[in-house]
Amino acid sequence: MSLHSPLSPATPRLVPSGAAPPPVAVELGGLRRVFGERAVLDGIDLTLRRGEFVSLLGPSGTGKTTLLRILAGLDRADGGTVRVAEARSVVFQEPRLVPAKRVWQNVVIGHRPNAEARRLAGAALEEVGLSRHADAWPKTLSGGEAQRVALARALAREPSLLLLDEPFAALDALTRIRMHDLVAQLWRRHLPAVLLVTHDVDEAILLSDRVIVLSGGGIAFDTAVDLPRPRQRSDRAFGVLRARLLAELGVGSAEGHG
Amino acid sequence: MTATHRHTPDTPLAEAPPPVLVDLSGRTAGTEPRARRARARQLVSRTLVPFALLALWQVAADRNWVSPDALPPPTVIIEAFAELIRTGELQSAIPTSLARSLVGLLFGAFTGLALGLFAGLWRVGEELVDAPLQMLRTIPFIAMIPLFIIWFGIGEEAKITLIYAATIFPVYLNTYAGVRGVDQKLIEAVRVFGLSPLEIAWRVIVPTALPSILVGLRYAAGVSLLALVAAEQINARSGIGFILLNANQFQRTDIIIAGIIVYALLGIVIDLVMRVIEHVSLPWRPSLVPA
Repeated sequence: MSLHSPLSPATPRLVPSGAAPPPVAVELGGLRRVFGERAVLDGIDLTLRRGEFVSLLGPSGTGKTTLLRILAGLDRADGGTVRVAEARSVVFQEPRLVPAKRVWQNVVIGHRPNAEARRLAGAALEEVGLSRHADAWPKTLSGGEAQRVALARALAREPSLLLLDEPFAALDALTRIRMHDLVAQLWRRHLPAVLLVTHDVDEAILLSDRVIVLSGGGIAFDTAVDLPRPRQRSDRAFGVLRARLLAELGVGSAEGHG
Repeated sequence: MTATHRHTPDTPLAEAPPPVLVDLSGRTAGTEPRARRARARQLVSRTLVPFALLALWQVAADRNWVSPDALPPPTVIIEAFAELIRTGELQSAIPTSLARSLVGLLFGAFTGLALGLFAGLWRVGEELVDAPLQMLRTIPFIAMIPLFIIWFGIGEEAKITLIYAATIFPVYLNTYAGVRGVDQKLIEAVRVFGLSPLEIAWRVIVPTALPSILVGLRYAAGVSLLALVAAEQINARSGIGFILLNANQFQRTDIIIAGIIVYALLGIVIDLVMRVIEHVSLPWRPSLVPA
């Protein structure tokens, strides 16, 4: 059993159809995590490949965030195997920027602050549309801007695995829509494996290739989302999938027909 | 719009008592000149009172309400200042006293900072350092004077050691609290980005705790002056304390008061310097950042 052993370094991004599948970014086998008497995660098997966008749904307290924290290396597993890409980064619900560092220094927090880091930060900020705020202090940014900086910080590492822990939950509705578009766009450009923890069924359907519902310590439901992008909430198939997922989450009948 | 009411309340709206409306419209109008007038009045009353007190002091001495020997009037004290400057005593005393205060503060602040970081960043540091320091800090430093005289004599060592001992604690306490106050979520977030514990301490925790550390330093600067006054009561042969001791022997109340005012002015200057240091080293604090 090897916990957190890094996988082989990232290979070229886009794999032409018919070739070997993209490299594995996450490989979980029988993952267990126990708090006291209760096994929050009890035998999770999961494989994520680069370029895959997976959403993790589940009622509160089902271990979604615990799973994400284990993948991030912030929590340990009590059993099973955990293999994750070494180059990984996280965007949390709050931006979690260092208030005493300028925006660009936050973006390249893992680097020595030199000219190369500055260039890297500039490029990452450009991608999230915040180049003009490179020299600003985090506390002068709005919530949405700060969260975009957090996204730039995550991308600056060129991650093979991008972990998103409810990153849109604290944003206002309009900012959230813009962030959805931005994340989708950045995912298409960099093609990391993405694991999005969310409570929002629509968000999961809008963004991901695959939706997993976690319940009772295991994977209760796992489905591919075969809808053409960009996706419309008004689409009939969207509504069918939403109803199905809500049913899996135990709130099905209330909102079954949208 | 009336036709769109679809709810069916228990009592029809017409029968419910009408809500009481309060007129707030007048409150916003005309606040600008009123606020300006309030500021002007504030300025006048703030400056007026100290000047009135000074005038009262002068009159009280002139009319012999109080003995000029006990409380000489401001004019006499200004003359005392002139005398101290003419003889050159003040010019040589201030650097001497200030040097004592700053040397003690420098070493005290450095010790407090080192101990605060040690206890704040490492659990073993907390176990080793925090309990003894929390005990020691309850001792009023002035109570240590007799002991320090026995240990260090009545020369400069005793004075500087007293200032040193007094200034460790404010810096220690605020550094420790500041380091411990850094959000765990922030530390966790940067851990993901591959920073080593030492890099996290230096690049994230210390800069984030700096406002608190500087508050400790400012407080310690004030304490260093307090300790200076106490220390200079120990047989000072130079400095402001020497002027005071001398004046005391010759019953020169005017010079004693002048000396006290010098201490007060030093306190103001040191506080101003500390505020400038804070302002310069904390450009990111929201209160200092123009929105």
